Amino acid sequence: MDNPPLSNPQISADGALTHLLSTEGLPREILLNILDTASSFLEVSDRDIKKVPLLRGKSVFNLFFENSTRTRTTFEIAAKRLSADVINLDVARSSTSKGETLLDTIDNLVSMHADMFVIRHISSGAPHLIAEHLNRIDRSDIHVINAGDGRHAHPTQGLLDMFTIRHYKKDFSGLKVAIVGDILHSRVARSDIHALNTLGVAEIRVIGPQTLLPAAMKTMGVQVANDLREGVGGCDVIIMLRLQNERMNGALLPSAREYFRCYGLKPEILALARPDAIVMHPGPMNRGTEIDSEVADGSQAVILKQVTFGIAVRMAVMSLLAGN
Amino acid sequence: MSKYAGDALSIKNGRVIDPKNHIDRIADIFVQDGRIVAVDSPPPGFVPGGDIDARNWVICPGLVDLSARLGALEPELSAAVGGGITATVCLPDTQPPLDEPGLVERLVRRSAALGLARVVPVGALTQQLAGERLAEMYSLSKAGCVAFSQVQYPIFDTQVLFRAMQYAATFGFAVHLQAQDPCLSRDGVAHDGEFASRRGLPGIPVCAETVAIATALLLAEATGVKLHFGRLSSAAGVALIRKARRAGLNVSCDVAIHHLHLSEDDIGYFDSHARFVPPLRSVGDRNALREAVADGTAALCSDHTPLDEDAKLLPFPDASPGASALELFLPLALKWAEESGLPLETALARVTCDPARILGIDAGNLTVGSAADICVFNPVEVWRVCPETLRSDGKNTPFLGAELTGRVKATLVGGRVVFGGDLVCPPY
Repeated sequence: MDNPPLSNPQISADGALTHLLSTEGLPREILLNILDTASSFLEVSDRDIKKVPLLRGKSVFNLFFENSTRTRTTFEIAAKRLSADVINLDVARSSTSKGETLLDTIDNLVSMHADMFVIRHISSGAPHLIAEHLNRIDRSDIHVINAGDGRHAHPTQGLLDMFTIRHYKKDFSGLKVAIVGDILHSRVARSDIHALNTLGVAEIRVIGPQTLLPAAMKTMGVQVANDLREGVGGCDVIIMLRLQNERMNGALLPSAREYFRCYGLKPEILALARPDAIVMHPGPMNRGTEIDSEVADGSQAVILKQVTFGIAVRMAVMSLLAGN
Repeated sequence: MSKYAGDALSIKNGRVIDPKNHIDRIADIFVQDGRIVAVDSPPPGFVPGGDIDARNWVICPGLVDLSARLGALEPELSAAVGGGITATVCLPDTQPPLDEPGLVERLVRRSAALGLARVVPVGALTQQLAGERLAEMYSLSKAGCVAFSQVQYPIFDTQVLFRAMQYAATFGFAVHLQAQDPCLSRDGVAHDGEFASRRGLPGIPVCAETVAIATALLLAEATGVKLHFGRLSSAAGVALIRKARRAGLNVSCDVAIHHLHLSEDDIGYFDSHARFVPPLRSVGDRNALREAVADGTAALCSDHTPLDEDAKLLPFPDASPGASALELFLPLALKWAEESGLPLETALARVTCDPARILGIDAGNLTVGSAADICVFNPVEVWRVCPETLRSDGKNTPFLGAELTGRVKATLVGGRVVFGGDLVCPPY
């Protein structure tokens, strides 16, 4: 079918951000605006009273159809520091198990005067479905933040990774970034790749065995390498991905041990990158599977800083969506 | 039901296109006692009970659909005749599956009583479609089944597939397969290509289709069974079929109408209406399917799958696959022919005589003496696809809101006007 160009459901007709669903198609100026806003929120967390009143009176609903204590907590902290009321719904165990459909759940929460939904779902595209539903029922004043959907996207993680890279490297142009591991199942990798391309890095390399690389990776503007040494050579940034054991069927890799041998980031491999290279990881880490403890705890690792930045970035996203 | 049942009827001044008999000219058609009795001039003593003025319209054989799910029979058969379809396969993946002669007899009886489109049952190849024990193919054929299929249900044990083909070949029955290896397609929801990589959708590689085709072709060669592949999706799959046919194997195939027009890109932002089994593949695959239909390697089917709204109001991977298509079948075939620069006769052949030949039924032609299953359509009328314009219970289509060209005006089944009865004028 010859379609007109699709309108990106996260951007309103006048070009403003109404939902945050993916870093794909996120205009550069919006992306940079989020990072700049996050910078201004960074010091809030260092104050004695860690609160600003930007979302006072607003209700943020955390809807996690897939369990994740860590991500949910960071969103909760971010919303609370903006003075929002936070409601955590463990939907994985409640309404859907009673047979209620996803959109019925949403309609009910709309009736409870939600202002923002933070959604994690096991299926790629679920937050799009919800955002389009809200647009359709003329409630695009309620904002959707994708907190991870299937293998598709985890845009706040992508943004906090960009924030971290900018914090340490200042400028994106000229950077060589390696993303290592389970790219196939990784929404983080996809979100990073789209954002890095928009911000104009010199080179993105994805590194992993063929069983963990999507079929048509090269069309996403990346170089593909199967060899870790070759892949990290001369890189400025190395993003390690969690080997998601729960998603492994048993035929993707022979063992965690062999994976570490081939794709684990060890000191001698890190030495092949630029001396000032930073090592990132979205957490939680599997020490000894994708990363050696010496690297994880070493001076080049910025993994815990990512967590701190993550709160500021999520505050920025919520604040901008709320119209501040 | 028409009050003209049994009456003589003439359809006048239309452009008669009968691909099987290579007819394409302005003519009149005369129908009596359920049969076509003459073309051009009435037979001696013909007294019409009414006539249809088909000036500027096309008169063609009623369409024959190789693949449809009929859900509630009445609305779907009503949709079929509204789309000019006079005979449609009922796939065996009904609830319960068509694996018992009694179920098939009931389907045949109920559909005949409705007096709408004819239903052509395709029986289950294995009991419960479980892929383990053979269904009673002989008894099922006596009940009315013209072929046997697993639809999308796998046969994990290749020996069972081998035996099923041997058994079908014993009686000369055709086996219809939907070629998708169950292991290679496990958990997949979209073509394993650029789009699924980008959107993070679990992929179904092309080799899921080619491996299944290659296996079935080798088994067909060994057993001599008449084999048909339903709903091909890939260029590589088409290439395998072409090669087998060149080697002399008795094998046919079809392409679902949506796969002629759509590709993986039409999923857009996770549009669940673009979820199909097999998945929409790349533009290159789509173009190869178009060529296969153009040169007659493949026939067309609607792959009609009516679903309620809830089945599509889900995240893309969780939504049910398929689209409502009976009423879009003809206009989408016309659209393809128009875009491909092919004559109307070619488009109509792919939806009339070609599928009839594959099914081994006497349908899809306007030969004098055959049943008067006739479709009359306006080839230039533009209409908008919307829930109100569809007679099917299924309003699920990626073409919702689209304008299509070509609208059915009247449909005759066995000489009875089952759609467009208001067009019949009393004789002067």
